[in-house]
Amino acid sequence: MTATATSRLSGLPDSASDLRTFLHGLPGVDKVGVEARAAALGTRSVKTTAKAHAIDLAIRMVDLTTLEGADTPGKVRALSAKALRPDPSDSSCPAVAAVCVYPAMVPYAAEVLAGSGVHLASVATAFPSGQAPLDVKLADTRDAVAAGADEIDMVISRGAFLAGDYGKVFDEIVAVKEACGSAHLKVILETGELATYDNVRRASWLAMLAGADFIKTSTGKVPVAATLPVTLIMLEAVRDFRARYGRQVGVKPAGGIRTTKDAIKYLVMINETVGDDWLDPDWFRFGASSLLNDLLMQRTKLTTGHYAGPDYFTLD
Amino acid sequence: MPESSVRLSVRKTYKLYVGGKFPRSESGRTYLVDGDNVSLASRKDARDAVVAARAAQPKWAGATAYNRGQVLYRVAEMLEARRAEFKALGVKGAEVDAAVDRWVWYAGWSDKIAQVAGGANPVAGPFFNISAPEPTGVVAVVAPSSLLGLVSVIAPAVVTGNTVVVIAANPQAAVTLAEVFATSDVPGGVVNVLTGHAAEIAPWLASHDDVNAIDLSGVDDAELATELERAAAGTLKRVVRPSSPDWTADPGVGPMTALLETKTVWHPKGF
Amino acid sequence: MFEYAPAPESRSVVSIAPSYGLFIDGAFSEAKDTFKTVNPANEEVLSEVALAGPEDVDRAVAAARRAFESWSALPGSERAKYLFRIARIIQERSRELAVLESLDNGKPIKESRDVDLPLVAAHFFYYAGWADKLKYAGFGPDPRPLGVAGQVIPWNFPLMMLAWKIAPALATGNTVVLKPAETTPLSALFFADICRQAELPPGVVNIVTGAGDTGRYLVEHPDVNKVAFTGSTEVGRAIARSVAGTGKKLTLELGGKAANIVFDDAPIDQAVEGIVNGIFFNQGHVCCAGSRLLVQESIAEELLDSLKRRMSTLRVGDPLDKNTDVGAINSAAQLARITELSEIGASEGAERWSPECSLPDRGFWFAPTIFTGVTQAHRIAREEIFGPVLSVLTFRTPAEAIEKANNTPYGLSAGVWSDKGSRILAVADKLRAGVVWANTFNKFDPTSPFGGYKESGYGREGGRHGLEAYLA
Repeated sequence: MTATATSRLSGLPDSASDLRTFLHGLPGVDKVGVEARAAALGTRSVKTTAKAHAIDLAIRMVDLTTLEGADTPGKVRALSAKALRPDPSDSSCPAVAAVCVYPAMVPYAAEVLAGSGVHLASVATAFPSGQAPLDVKLADTRDAVAAGADEIDMVISRGAFLAGDYGKVFDEIVAVKEACGSAHLKVILETGELATYDNVRRASWLAMLAGADFIKTSTGKVPVAATLPVTLIMLEAVRDFRARYGRQVGVKPAGGIRTTKDAIKYLVMINETVGDDWLDPDWFRFGASSLLNDLLMQRTKLTTGHYAGPDYFTLD
Repeated sequence: MPESSVRLSVRKTYKLYVGGKFPRSESGRTYLVDGDNVSLASRKDARDAVVAARAAQPKWAGATAYNRGQVLYRVAEMLEARRAEFKALGVKGAEVDAAVDRWVWYAGWSDKIAQVAGGANPVAGPFFNISAPEPTGVVAVVAPSSLLGLVSVIAPAVVTGNTVVVIAANPQAAVTLAEVFATSDVPGGVVNVLTGHAAEIAPWLASHDDVNAIDLSGVDDAELATELERAAAGTLKRVVRPSSPDWTADPGVGPMTALLETKTVWHPKGF
Repeated sequence: MFEYAPAPESRSVVSIAPSYGLFIDGAFSEAKDTFKTVNPANEEVLSEVALAGPEDVDRAVAAARRAFESWSALPGSERAKYLFRIARIIQERSRELAVLESLDNGKPIKESRDVDLPLVAAHFFYYAGWADKLKYAGFGPDPRPLGVAGQVIPWNFPLMMLAWKIAPALATGNTVVLKPAETTPLSALFFADICRQAELPPGVVNIVTGAGDTGRYLVEHPDVNKVAFTGSTEVGRAIARSVAGTGKKLTLELGGKAANIVFDDAPIDQAVEGIVNGIFFNQGHVCCAGSRLLVQESIAEELLDSLKRRMSTLRVGDPLDKNTDVGAINSAAQLARITELSEIGASEGAERWSPECSLPDRGFWFAPTIFTGVTQAHRIAREEIFGPVLSVLTFRTPAEAIEKANNTPYGLSAGVWSDKGSRILAVADKLRAGVVWANTFNKFDPTSPFGGYKESGYGREGGRHGLEAYLA
């Protein structure tokens, strides 16, 4: 691992074996306990004015995402338009945080989003598997940034992580971060493949130590995507990291969050774990697609007093 | 020659058995039982016996169940060897045999009672949950007068890891039994034997804050039994009430479980 | 800040009568005197309840005695079906009962709904299944019921304690006279109605409401064969004295001062949750509450920071609000006791801390509180406070932790937090407590025996072990 990268924060482990010692010295996670805590937070009842506030906040936190082989310029333009005005019939409805697309689709999204304040995120680094040589990953990153992406969602090499080669994962993140230039780096841990909560905590710290601006749960391409307990551990990690090193890192659960009810559970969790500082689109995002329409329907229900139907909302 | 045909016997002094030693009563008192001088235990002897029992308890409870079983079996071996001695004290042969057999029976329970009295509990959640018996601690025993009765109250208490302070009603047999313990591998303090009057000593044990349980099996006087049970309530001691069981009958596991606590341990299960 | 709007559970799901009589022999009947039961969250009178005198207790015991003959003779499989019925009715009426419990007790609806009521139903289900399998329980080939059980329960988990008492008693063929606590009589009276709904034969369950004297008449009644009590060690001691010489079988579940031991390798975030759950669950009105936190000195500061941060998110207030974490103190008397001991803690030099929280004007309230700098010599480290007050002590080595944990006349429960399996097992072995929660706390289950060592009482409730208290 590079000395320059590790010296960016004081007190960092400065060799691969130190890194290993450090990560394995983090407090363990009890699976039953963390799941019980997440479930308990999930029972919070958020109604009326609190719900209205939560819905608008959640909309502002959405990274509206399309990551399909079938994506086309037309699809991406439409999605980007929706990102700017999620509910064309209601001008009080806020825009989402970002649009998230494959690198090849970045130029089409950029056309629509330029100057809007809505960020443009692109998955790079041989998304979703990450199984490509480093130069390919870096080139992928540079291209996406050059095409207009101001946020890069990279994947870590889960293989290297599971093999215990933390130095390799660290170095890749450092290199990608460098390739990002001024673009923000979100590091996807793919928690569904990390298998244990202890690994989620270690991978979170590893990513943050290597310079991640955000840590993100999932690609959405493996069976287990974002879950409340995984997000809870990542929130605890960013909280503890800031307490230790003074740098705030964002969190992005992605995949599997489809309903307003789900989204509110995440907001409750932020509220009661890390607090206000993270209740902001700059520090928390939802990687989602269908979630947005559910948020819009619930929003309409609150304003009109009757239940909404999908025909009254735009397709992505 | 007349001098050689009549040999004067060497008489035995029956002393207390406390902490693995045979002290006289601190009070210096003795009483006559069937012509033998027997130490008459005082409340201070009871106090000392509790100290000895408490000191011995953690290590005895901490020994492996297998080890406690071995020690108890050794007691049975020594008991067997001294059958004649008990008979000479007037205990019927059948009762001596039954006492030896009862002791062996309890020796075998040492590494089985936890399996019978404890086990896994199928709780509705991702938890490992197990209940296991543990000795309650120091047990005061007011023993019944028969040898079989005496054995039947000491063995179930000590086999699980308790230590006992016994007030014996049959001093010579009890002290002889103590000599058996002293010559087996029973650690000092595990069994302590006081000879004397239950009515004098038992109330001090019943109210003693460092005694965990009291077995009133040998209390014949209902009023005394009530008084002792009431005194035991002061620290909520476990009480085995007086009963007149047929000591020859199968005792079941009840005499052991009465002096056991159940500890239940929970632990989450998860990767 | 993300404020949650009020989310009150509807009170209208429960209808409380203006007055209740005693439930004896299958019917409600008046008593000479009455007393009021109030909602501790706002001091509103909920109902007026009969105060059973000696002659009322006589009637109840006589009814239980009459019922015993046929109830104990009923095949176990039939008794089982009655208990299954009761369990089902409780499930069906659980929302109503949860609201009722929160009204009368002051506990958050979240807990009565998600903890108390599910456990109540589960307890009846569990013991229902035992009724026709008693000969396999390991208490001999022909276990027999004892007769009439006199049962006295506390106010902290009114319906759950009722279930812990009545379910095993009935399953084993005993009949019962139960006295609920003076401040929380209502759920037991609703249970009486459930017995009628289940068509339980008259006299099998009798409910006599009242105060301490009523309880005393009951446990001292000469025709009671079995006494079961859950409550304070002081009262337990008095009962043990009064039962002496009567031959009545006695089980006691009394006070505690549990140590919750946190080692430096603990799963720290879960440990913090466990500490919070251990002492603030049910306002700390829990006999097995983890009221003494023993934290390894090397992580004490870090842990306390986390704990304080977590405590700041506790929501204290209206028990019927679904987002309330800490409800009302059960009574003015209990509030006075908690207040007094806390003041003693402060005057003895311990450092007191509570998160900022605004408490309602009416009703009985106490903010979640921790005391740091506590030693074994402080009264708040020795006496049961039975409220949301945590005493924090530190230790350096495992041996010291165990020594401090066991240095109490109580022995009900204990907690231990560590990621090292061998340490957990060794510490659990050495703790003198009836329940040891390792890397968790305050978990209950009908199959899991519960009860104390030393002055925390004797006998076990729950599981196979729980049957023993009701069998000869």
